[in-house]
Order: sequence, then structure tokens, then C-alpha cells
Amino acid sequence: MASSATAEPTRRDFLYIATGAVGAVGLAATVWPFINQMNPDASALALATSEVDIGSIQAGESVTVKWRGKPVVVRNRTEQEIADAKAAALSELKDPIARNANLPADAPATDANRAAEGKENWFVMVNVCTHLGCIPLGQEGEYHGWFCPCHGSVYDTAGRIRKGPAPENMAIPVYSFLSDTKIRIG
Amino acid sequence: MSGHSSYEPTNPALKWLEARLPIGGLIHSSFIVFPNPRNLNYFWTFGGILAFMLVAQIATGVVLAMHYTPHTTLAFASVEGIMRDVNGGWMLRYLHSNGASMFFIAVYIHIFRGLYYGSYKSPREVLWILGMIIFLLMMATGFMGYVLPWGQMSFWGATVITNLFSAIPIVGEAIVTWLWGGFSVDNPTLNRFFALHYLLPFIIAGVVVLHIWALHVPGSNNPTGVSVKDEQDTLPFHPYFTVKDALGLVLFLAFYSWFVFFLPNYLGHPDNYIEANPLVTPAHIVPEWYFLPFYAILRSIPDKLFGVIAMFGAIAVLFLVPWLDTSKVRSANYRPLYRQFFWIWAVVSVGLGYIGAMPPEGAYVIIGRILTAYYFVHFLVILPLLGLFEKPRPLPASITESVLGKGGAPVTAGAPSAPQTK
Repeated sequence: MASSATAEPTRRDFLYIATGAVGAVGLAATVWPFINQMNPDASALALATSEVDIGSIQAGESVTVKWRGKPVVVRNRTEQEIADAKAAALSELKDPIARNANLPADAPATDANRAAEGKENWFVMVNVCTHLGCIPLGQEGEYHGWFCPCHGSVYDTAGRIRKGPAPENMAIPVYSFLSDTKIRIG
Repeated sequence: MSGHSSYEPTNPALKWLEARLPIGGLIHSSFIVFPNPRNLNYFWTFGGILAFMLVAQIATGVVLAMHYTPHTTLAFASVEGIMRDVNGGWMLRYLHSNGASMFFIAVYIHIFRGLYYGSYKSPREVLWILGMIIFLLMMATGFMGYVLPWGQMSFWGATVITNLFSAIPIVGEAIVTWLWGGFSVDNPTLNRFFALHYLLPFIIAGVVVLHIWALHVPGSNNPTGVSVKDEQDTLPFHPYFTVKDALGLVLFLAFYSWFVFFLPNYLGHPDNYIEANPLVTPAHIVPEWYFLPFYAILRSIPDKLFGVIAMFGAIAVLFLVPWLDTSKVRSANYRPLYRQFFWIWAVVSVGLGYIGAMPPEGAYVIIGRILTAYYFVHFLVILPLLGLFEKPRPLPASITESVLGKGGAPVTAGAPSAPQTK
């Protein structure tokens, strides 16, 4: 086998490589469960929806609920906040994509695409900074939206990144209105 | 430097064992008669100090694990139980938490020593790389250990550091979910961090064995950087360096004890005595002090992906130092320019640590960026160019000459033995 530079490959060469290949596949198949066990388990996946009663949230108030271990903010926005969010042109935004799980992946980050469909005062968002995962503080910062105290990212009233190191707008989770006063997240 | 063993046990039982497992000869040649350069200074005692700290961390860690519960509902309370209820628990925990800081102080001095005296240069490149692997493993172990008390800094430190991986394009989010075992830092994360925090020190111990093995092939470097030429340049490890290492260790332990008994929380953060709350981020998140320079580099770059790349690059560049430094002369004592640049770099590194502890605003951001740029310029520009332009001072002909002067004969009068004639 050693001097196969000129000679034709032999049956032995083939068997040698085939045995090695079967061994490699077997090894990978054995290793995979040891890696995959670290992915979210059935109980973590089971926590994937939560329902929120929004009937008592007045304009200018927010409720934070825990969804998949993360805070989701449900905000009844004021007229002023909606107007501010609408006033921002797409060209001013650092991230022009809506990041709304209810819309196509390339939907533009207009206020209409960020707020609840047809109910522009309702705003539902995963309140986790897209930089390194801190919780931005609400109604703070230059744009009166959210401000992350960890590394100084500034978000507007539609949760869109305007300044600082965060690369993306804060995520909008999958949610739906079960009734006028109840939403389901996830 | 073979450390040729003259070990011949007289005890019949030891003779019997030696014929079957020559472990006595291995210990004898490695730690009794092993020839070390005679001019080693106290900076060379940190290897022994580090070996001691690894054993101390494993010993205190194993007993703490007997009282700790790695579950989000119980972790914080079990640590408080260790502090209040377990016999001597407060001391064991303070020994372990401050021990981590002492371990890093010692390893940073050890690394600075290596950089100053050129200990990474041929033929010690593999020794250096093994040391850097140990450094990386120590950082992983220290980070996961800090998560275990499940305080606010534990939780948010874990969140920020694991989120670093989300900067990786395409697969980043999947990697972070995999690391967490969920959609945020939660019980699965704590549980696996505990398992890995228990495992990694033993992996470190394994790499330490390789590190010492690689050290014992060429032997120790020394303050002149001149290689050992004959037996006159060396002294046997025992008693000369066992005693020197022991004195260094005792002084270091006094420093360590000062922290454990008088300033046990000085190097920690008060927010970590508040139980983890996934809905509230503390106003000012800082990692443990030993990560601050790298944290400063991360924050200096106003882009998530490049910030993460720069932070890991700051460590990666250390792996390449043996090839970035083009000078043939090892010790900075004989390199007038490198010596100055080394100290500038040392001050810059400590300065980065200070910036990492400060809030990311105003002048701190600007200074952080300048220091970050200089850190990389030092390794990627200054180090390669210095070797080409610097005129080193003349080297001594041998280690013995550097100690005793030209023509000086080894002084043996009054010494209990004359090892160089052994």
C-alpha cells in the first residue's frame, strides 16, 4: 500500500478506507447524543407559550411577563410614543429589518410592522438587549424607549436600536390576540 | 538536560517496586537532582506556587461540593448555608473564592515573567503554548465557578459571556441555545456549569503534567536567557530550588491569607450577595477582575462581532508570540528597547483592566480604544520590528560568568556540598 503512488489502488486499499469511513460514521453517531443532550429538553420546550390578560393596562403602562425565561414587555403606548416611532424614517435606523416573528423575515422596521397588527398602541417585545442579553430599562434614554445600562445601547419607542453596540432591533415574539383583552405569547 | 538519575534504592521493597514501575527514579530525576540554572530569581518560584494553588483549589472545591446544590432554587441558599452553618464553611469558601484570584495573580506574574525573559523562544515554544492552553482552561473554570453562587453578578455575567457566542454569524444563536440548554440562562445552565467546573481542574492538572514534561526537555530559562552550557551553570533542584520555591510559596500564602481573613470580599462584588433575578439587570455589570482587560477590549470596539473577535484575538495573539518576536536574544535584560516596550505594554494591560472596571462612557471609551489599539500594535508591529532594528547588549559567555564575573571560579567554601563537582 505504501508504494501506491504509481500502482492502481488495490482491493485492500478500498477495504482500508471503507473500514475507516464506517468507523468515523459510527464515532460521529455515538458522539452526537453526548452533544445533543445539552440542547433544550422537553420541559424547557413545554414552557414555550404564556397567556397575558391585558385588560387592565392603561395607556403609558407596561406589564412584563416571563416567557422562555426571558422578560416580554407588553406595553400600551401613548399617542406621543406612537407619533415618535412613526416619525423615524427607515433610513435613520441602524437595523432596517422589523425582527417581528409574526411577519416575513425581510419586513421593513416601520412602526406598523413593529406594533400589533391593527392595534398600534399595543406593543409586545422580548425585552432583551441584542448586544449581550441584558434587560434594557423602559422609558429611558435619548429616544424615550429603552436604554441598556450594560453597554449603553439606546432603543426608540418601537424597540428599534438607534445608538450603541447592539446590532439588531429587539425581537418581537410570535403572539396573537385571543380576545381584545387577552394575548398569547409563543 | 536529561536530569540523569542516579537513583538506586537500597530498601528491598523500593527495589522491588523500581524494577516494576520506575516511579522513584522519575521523581528523583525530575524533582531531586534535576539541574536548574543557578541564577534563577524569585520570579521563577511562581511555577511552584501555581502548582500549589491548583491543588488548593481542587481540595477546597471538592469539600465545598459536598455542601453545594446546583439548582436555581437552592444554589444561593446552599452557599449561604456554607457560610453560616457548615463547620468552617466560611473559611473554605473564602479560601476557594480568593484562591481563584490568587491563582490568577500568580499566573499573570508567571506569564509576564515569561514575556520579559523570553521564555517562549526556541526551544520552549510548545511549553509556552501548553501554558496558554492552561490559561484558557483557567478562564473557563473561573468563569463557570463564579456562576455557581447564583447571585446577580453570577447570572448576568453568565448571560453576557454566553451571549458573546451569539455574535458568530448564522450558527451563533443555535450555539447559545445549546450552551444554555434553554432559551435563557436557567437551571440546565447552572447544572452543566457545575459539572464542568468540577471537571476542568483535572483537565488542567493533565495539561500541567505536559507543561512540566515540556519544561524538563530544555530545562528552565533564566534571567540572562543564555542557555546552560555545562554542569557549572546549574544546581540540583533539591535542596536549592525546593527551598527557594518554599520561601516564595510561604510569602505568597501570607498574602493569600491576608485576603482570606481580612479582605475576603474585596475582590468580589456586593451585587453577588443578591440572589439571581432574570428580570432585573444590575446597573453596572463587571466581570471578575482577572477578566477586566479582555472585557475592556470587548467594549472598546463599537461592533458586536468585531468586539468579540478582538477579545478572543487578544488571547490568540499570545499563542503566536514565539513567532512574532523575531529577536534571537531571549532576556529583556540584554534588549534595551524591548525592555522599555515590555513595561509600556505591561502598563497598558493594567490600564485596560482599570478601563474594564469603569462605566463605558466619556473619556473611558476613548482611552480604552487607544489602549486596545496599542495592545495589538505591541504584538503585531513592535515585537516583529524590534528584532530587526534593536541592537542587543553583549551577552555573558555563560550563566556562571553572569553570576561570578569574568574568570570567577565557583565559590564553594562554606557550602555543605559542592554540587558542581557531584
